[in-house]
Amino acid sequence: MSLTDTPTARRIPDRLSGQGARILRSWELLLFIIAVLIFVGNTQASPYFLDAWNLSDATFNFTEKAMVAFAMALLIISGEIDLSVAGIIALSSTAMGWALQFGVGTPVLITIGLSVGLLCGAFNGALVTRLGLPSIVVTIGTMSLFRGISYIVLGDQAFNGYPTDFAWLGRGYVFWVISFELVLFTVFAVIYGVILHFTNFGRHIFVIGNNPTAATFSGIRVDRVKMILFLLTGLMSGVAAVCLTARLGSTRPSIASAWELEIVTMVVLGGVSILGGAGSILGVVIAALVMGMVTFGLGLLNVPGIVMSIFIGALLIGVIALPRLIRLVRTGKA
Amino acid sequence: MTITRRLAIGVSLAATLLGTTAMAQEPVRIAILAKSLGNGFFEAAARGAEEAAKELGNTEIIYTGPTDTTAEGQIEVINSLIAQRVDAIAISANDPDAVVPALQKAMERGITVISWDSGVAAAGREMHLAPSSDELIGKTIIKLAADHLPEGGKVAVLSATSTSTNQNTWIAEMDKVMGDYPNIEVVATVYGDDLADKSYREAQGLMQSHPDLNAIIAPTSVGIVAAAQAVADAGMIGKVNVTGLGLPSEMAGAIESGASQSFAIWNPVDLGYTTAMIAHALALDEATAEPGATIKTGRMGSVTLDDTNSAAMSVPFTYDKSNIEEFKSIF
Repeated sequence: MSLTDTPTARRIPDRLSGQGARILRSWELLLFIIAVLIFVGNTQASPYFLDAWNLSDATFNFTEKAMVAFAMALLIISGEIDLSVAGIIALSSTAMGWALQFGVGTPVLITIGLSVGLLCGAFNGALVTRLGLPSIVVTIGTMSLFRGISYIVLGDQAFNGYPTDFAWLGRGYVFWVISFELVLFTVFAVIYGVILHFTNFGRHIFVIGNNPTAATFSGIRVDRVKMILFLLTGLMSGVAAVCLTARLGSTRPSIASAWELEIVTMVVLGGVSILGGAGSILGVVIAALVMGMVTFGLGLLNVPGIVMSIFIGALLIGVIALPRLIRLVRTGKA
Repeated sequence: MTITRRLAIGVSLAATLLGTTAMAQEPVRIAILAKSLGNGFFEAAARGAEEAAKELGNTEIIYTGPTDTTAEGQIEVINSLIAQRVDAIAISANDPDAVVPALQKAMERGITVISWDSGVAAAGREMHLAPSSDELIGKTIIKLAADHLPEGGKVAVLSATSTSTNQNTWIAEMDKVMGDYPNIEVVATVYGDDLADKSYREAQGLMQSHPDLNAIIAPTSVGIVAAAQAVADAGMIGKVNVTGLGLPSEMAGAIESGASQSFAIWNPVDLGYTTAMIAHALALDEATAEPGATIKTGRMGSVTLDDTNSAAMSVPFTYDKSNIEEFKSIF
């Protein structure tokens, strides 16, 4: 690591330093304990939970969202956000469905899906880094723009008839109950974990998130890093679009609606500071598992979705408030 | 005999005993899967299904659905129903195609799958129960508006989402019979997404962009209430008549205030009842879903399947000042 090579460089921690550092450092532990509790709770609550195929089915509840969440985590750590991810998924899926009419094969479909994702990411990135617009404003706009294009192209129609080998990407199993999506999820978790925690690029993301001005004066090309992060988020939305389209076997403009909020929830629940500068991929992975298990476990009990939302909301606030509460109790100030 | 072996025998004995008793009392579990929860129409259908379950005996109704009207949400629910090994899934689909792979998986694992209300593509279900025929509904919604416009006028349609199978079919059927109403002009079709606030704003927008509007046709139970509220709030009662498809309990106020002269709906209680009856018969192999087959549906008589394995339950019923009091407490 170059930071340790240069003797004058100060080590910049992955998480916000200060009095709460130690508690924050155990964020993943806290989440992990919650995940275990939920797992045990689920096995007690329903006799159907502990079944390899059922658990495998349940992973589809989070794999696609989590893949986008990994890139989103990097983006949020750098102090930016992309709320257009679900819109990108819709547009990317629409583009694939449109291309399907010309009889293209699976490799072309995948290429189109990923390219549209990249292009959308580039568009967001350009507006943020070149024009200096706030990302939350830009992506609220492009969220409607991207999905709007899908609505214009499709209206109340649907594209379907995706080839069987394409459908495998969303429904296929690599080995026994291990789905292709689950493998992809694992591979991306490792890749993003390495990028964020073991590369100079990853260090730059933390520096930018903590202090963009200082980062600029340290010679970090802030805009270039941010541009790459927007591209990555777009690309991962393209990957999610490929998987989701393959799984559903059809494209409608309402595809993946409101996913942006679930993805951001996953990232924040994973311990990534919404203000930027802190977070880990491990946290996001555990958060994805927690959210997947909660929705599946409550689903098995036929708990209405709205109650699930309340549960997830309460969990999010609870997990975020807990370290602060502990700090408050220990030091007497927030 | 070692303790472990003794334990093992004990456990297996207990398991066998439990297994047999469970087999004898295992109820038929029918999942009524709604487009989304918190919609009066589906709540009423669930009550109808419960009524059928009581009549059939040893039947459990699982009424469930996603929070918002998305295919992804329904797929998650379908997966959890497959995991619970229910006997039948009766779905009102948010997307006729996207739920097909999940429902096929359910059928592969021996679960009876039928669609009702809002249909699923043929590959994803054994049969579909439509509450009424699309043709009759399309004719009814425009007739409701025209009956109160003897001299003709301008009407607008406030639909659910632009991807809703039901609403789009009905509007298309309505368009087919517009020739019978030469003095009536449909000036706009807008989408309230089955959300109260969006439907309300769309209705407001209609009145602003068409000041001479005579009627709003909302073929959705959410949209019609929102439109009636918008008309009342704008002081347009008597000028703009809100009609379409709605629930008597939610529309009673609008009928009393005059914001709506009349509206129509089939009886969702009957629909849920019929759905549960059919699901039960198919799950127990008492009936087969094939073209031309007739399936008995208790107090509702029977339904006959057409070439596409679809069946229609009955014709929509008109509610107005004369009968709203009687029905508003029912659903």
